[in-house]
Amino acid sequence: MLDHILSILIFFPALAGVMGFMINKESMRAYGLSVASIEFALSLLLWYSFDNSVSGMQFMENIPLIPSFGINYILGVDGISLFIIIMASLFTMLGIASLTETPNVKNMIITLLFLQMTMIGVFTALDGIIFYVFWELSLVPMLYIIGAWGGPMRIYASVKFFLYTFAGSLVMLVGMLFMAYFYYQATGTWSFAILDWYRLILPESFQLWLFAAFFVGFAIKVPMFPFHTWLPYAHGQAPTIGSVILAAVLLKMGTYAFIRFSLPLFPDASVYFMYPVAVIAIIMIIYTAMVAYAQKDVKQVVAYSSVSHMGVIILGTFALNVEGISGSVFLMIGHGIVSGALFLLVGVIYDRRHTKIMSEFGGLAHVMPKYATIFGIMMMASVGMPLMINFVGEFLSLLGFYQQSHMLTLLAGIAIIVGAIYMLIAYKKMFFGEVTKEENKNLPDLNKRELIGLVPLVVIAIWLGVYPKPVLEPINKSVESIVQLMHNKATTEDAKMRIPNISGVVISKTSMKEAH
Amino acid sequence: MLSPINISIESLNLVTLAPMLIPFVGALMILVIDLLKGGLDKSLYVVISILFLALDFGALLDSAGMFSANGIILGVFNVMLIDGIAILAQFIIVATSILFIPLALTNKRFHEFSHPEFFALFLFMIGGFQFMVASDNLILIFVGLETASLALYTLIAMHNRDKSFEAAIKYFTMGALAAGFFSFGSMVLYALTGSVEINQIATVLANNNYADMGFVLVGVVFLLASFAFKLSVVPFHTWTPDVYEGSSAAMAGYMSIVPKIAAFVVAMRLFEFLIHAHIVWLEVVLYAFVVITMTAANMWALVQTDVKRMLAYSSISHAGFVMAAILIGTTQANSALFLYWILFSFTNLGAFSMLWISRQKELPGYQKTDHSFEKFSGMIKTSPMAAIIMAIFMLSLAGIPPFALFWGKIYMISSAVTGGYTVLALVMALNSAIAGYYYIKLIVYMFMKDPIASNVDNSGQLYVANATTALKTIIGFAILGTIFAFLAIDPLLEFVTTFVYNSGY
Repeated sequence: MLDHILSILIFFPALAGVMGFMINKESMRAYGLSVASIEFALSLLLWYSFDNSVSGMQFMENIPLIPSFGINYILGVDGISLFIIIMASLFTMLGIASLTETPNVKNMIITLLFLQMTMIGVFTALDGIIFYVFWELSLVPMLYIIGAWGGPMRIYASVKFFLYTFAGSLVMLVGMLFMAYFYYQATGTWSFAILDWYRLILPESFQLWLFAAFFVGFAIKVPMFPFHTWLPYAHGQAPTIGSVILAAVLLKMGTYAFIRFSLPLFPDASVYFMYPVAVIAIIMIIYTAMVAYAQKDVKQVVAYSSVSHMGVIILGTFALNVEGISGSVFLMIGHGIVSGALFLLVGVIYDRRHTKIMSEFGGLAHVMPKYATIFGIMMMASVGMPLMINFVGEFLSLLGFYQQSHMLTLLAGIAIIVGAIYMLIAYKKMFFGEVTKEENKNLPDLNKRELIGLVPLVVIAIWLGVYPKPVLEPINKSVESIVQLMHNKATTEDAKMRIPNISGVVISKTSMKEAH
Repeated sequence: MLSPINISIESLNLVTLAPMLIPFVGALMILVIDLLKGGLDKSLYVVISILFLALDFGALLDSAGMFSANGIILGVFNVMLIDGIAILAQFIIVATSILFIPLALTNKRFHEFSHPEFFALFLFMIGGFQFMVASDNLILIFVGLETASLALYTLIAMHNRDKSFEAAIKYFTMGALAAGFFSFGSMVLYALTGSVEINQIATVLANNNYADMGFVLVGVVFLLASFAFKLSVVPFHTWTPDVYEGSSAAMAGYMSIVPKIAAFVVAMRLFEFLIHAHIVWLEVVLYAFVVITMTAANMWALVQTDVKRMLAYSSISHAGFVMAAILIGTTQANSALFLYWILFSFTNLGAFSMLWISRQKELPGYQKTDHSFEKFSGMIKTSPMAAIIMAIFMLSLAGIPPFALFWGKIYMISSAVTGGYTVLALVMALNSAIAGYYYIKLIVYMFMKDPIASNVDNSGQLYVANATTALKTIIGFAILGTIFAFLAIDPLLEFVTTFVYNSGY
């Protein structure tokens, strides 16, 4: 079974989704929850049988699909993708568990199961086209979730989301076709396999163009400034579950793809574009933090803060060294846990009051103490308080980038600290002070279903903040091999210098101790 | 004094005519049956047509076997040319026809299917298209084209609505103009080279090194215009949406596939040797045609309020996309053309069939046209299965993986990349993004809007009003082909590439 565990992880939810059409509407919730729990258990099994000492791909599968055109169904998992996969199945499970009263709940759960298939597919695919298949296919369930269960402007938001990402990824597809063609020119056979592409050393001028083509696709997905405009709409209109999965997992596809494709395929171009991308990332951190500060709607605050933190992930990725990339991968996990939890929390209050405007609240800490506590913990985690999950990732990302540029890192560091202000103010507006509105006086506190969804996330946020080693170690191992690969492939002097040679460098060990 | 001409019957190689003659025999048989005993049910004629088409398919398999063994086959005074692309095109024509003709077995009664002449004309048309693709003699191509076109005009007019007459007349007028252009262009080339065989023309032109470029220009421009009409290339496309709107949905779907593949094959024969000779102005003209057709048709499709008209514009855009193959001119591009069209025929016929099974006789007040977008509002709530099937056809047309057309699309874009047309590859990719919008629009109506009250009451009967088992079976074939295309791409690609390569394209 372990030989095909990745295929099982991908297609089990899809099969269950198809079978779901036969399930009675009343039993659908239980069905969805059981399927998602099995899937989560399978993903834990994957972690259990994962060999931490191996830096390369594990559980690989290879089935020829269109061999004459070099398209093969290749799957594999390494330390970088492992935890994102676990997180995807965790959030599908928690999302279904905490699903509130929803019209057409059957369609919703079937859609979520299909979405899960595409998410896991993206993070396990090791063939460009298979990756692209899942990447595109993930748009369809999300389009439906936002468009059918969203707010008043849901159709505009969902179509904007779809078209933006679709257009970007088509440019990426052209880039992939070029990659395959260059591989064909070099070796005489077509191949879309990522591991084959890793062996290809391209001249710098080609790298720059291809980097740009892939960048368009990934940057829209992340979303990076100035391509981020679809995200606030999508979050603003999406139902709670849609926002949770979008923020926790779907956005990670972009940052994951940077590490999987852009860096190892185009090391010289990555160095060439390091500063421009870092500047965009810092603009993203500062600008979206300021926008978040100006919001009246608490969901928009969370949405913009989520974009802001994605900027730190990008910054860490483009540090191009082990600390930075490990930090950014870890921050992907942290960001997923924290922003997923925050969206769940916003959903809780929206269900009770049917508004997300902060001025409608105030003094909620008196009425809903448990809610206020969990919200407080998650907010602290979000602003990067030490001993919380985000601190580890943010610290490592900044530490990594510090080796490339002191000034930019300083700027980003200050931006993160200042960024804490808007979260604290939002928290103050909602929870402290007297209860002013009559409607807020008798709000019920968190019920059992909501606690089931939230408590595991709190536990994870604290656990991984205090003791990140079990997650960080496999990540570090795989990142080291990627950085080494980049160093070996780099052709320009500048790139050789900026991308460290791992053998003999112990800096990654010490930095991990600091992070503890 | 004329000496007697001795030609052995073997040298004529009459077997090359077999696939074309089978539908003609079938058509005549239908007419004879009608003469002997009139008033028979349409199901009889449908089944007879299917049987003859199956025989035709068998004969094609035979030709394919001969081609694989011996290469290109000539016959009947070298007028017939059975090469790989002729066989591939005939496969597409006959297979699509087999899928199309059961769509006549509707629940509601339609005027045209009660006449056996419909089926006879249909088979004549197929024979005509087969002649058209299996020859490089301009005269035979012309005869095949006109046989098929005249039959097709009549088929459209038989739908017996005001709009159908308008459509048929419009199509006829435009078709007549195109025929005039074709004969004029052929005349110029004949005057220039003394031959009506395309390979002879190519040889003569190459031998004198394209000395009379001005005359070549005149001839080729007329031929290009004539095929632009047939392929509905912008700006020669104006008839297409009106004609599609006037014909039944099933017929419109058929017209978006079969006449076009026939025209593509002839265009390939006519223009490929010029492209390979690096005639720059032809490259420029084709480049402009491809880009404008794709983009402009997409823009028009965005603003349509009727699904059938939207699909009409979308099929224009698809034709423009595929025409890129003729511009690129490599073996990979030409294989991509056939691969794309095979996948497109499944998807598009399926999409039009979905419209066909929801055909109403009387329109309710909120619906201005037969298939306006409003009609499909909230379809997921009243008939979820039909909505999901329709959505999959739309996603496939939009090029969302892993559905059928995605594979055609990447192979085509890849051929542009390998052929050195980087900008064209980007234009093609971005056009797919624009096209995404109008396909998604139908999905938005079906999945995200609320159903119209009267549709909830009769629980979505509207969407399957015209359905019978036969129609559902065809849609079943189409949807399975669309979803599981990825399993068939590899053998298909190998087959297509071998055939295209071995016929020298």
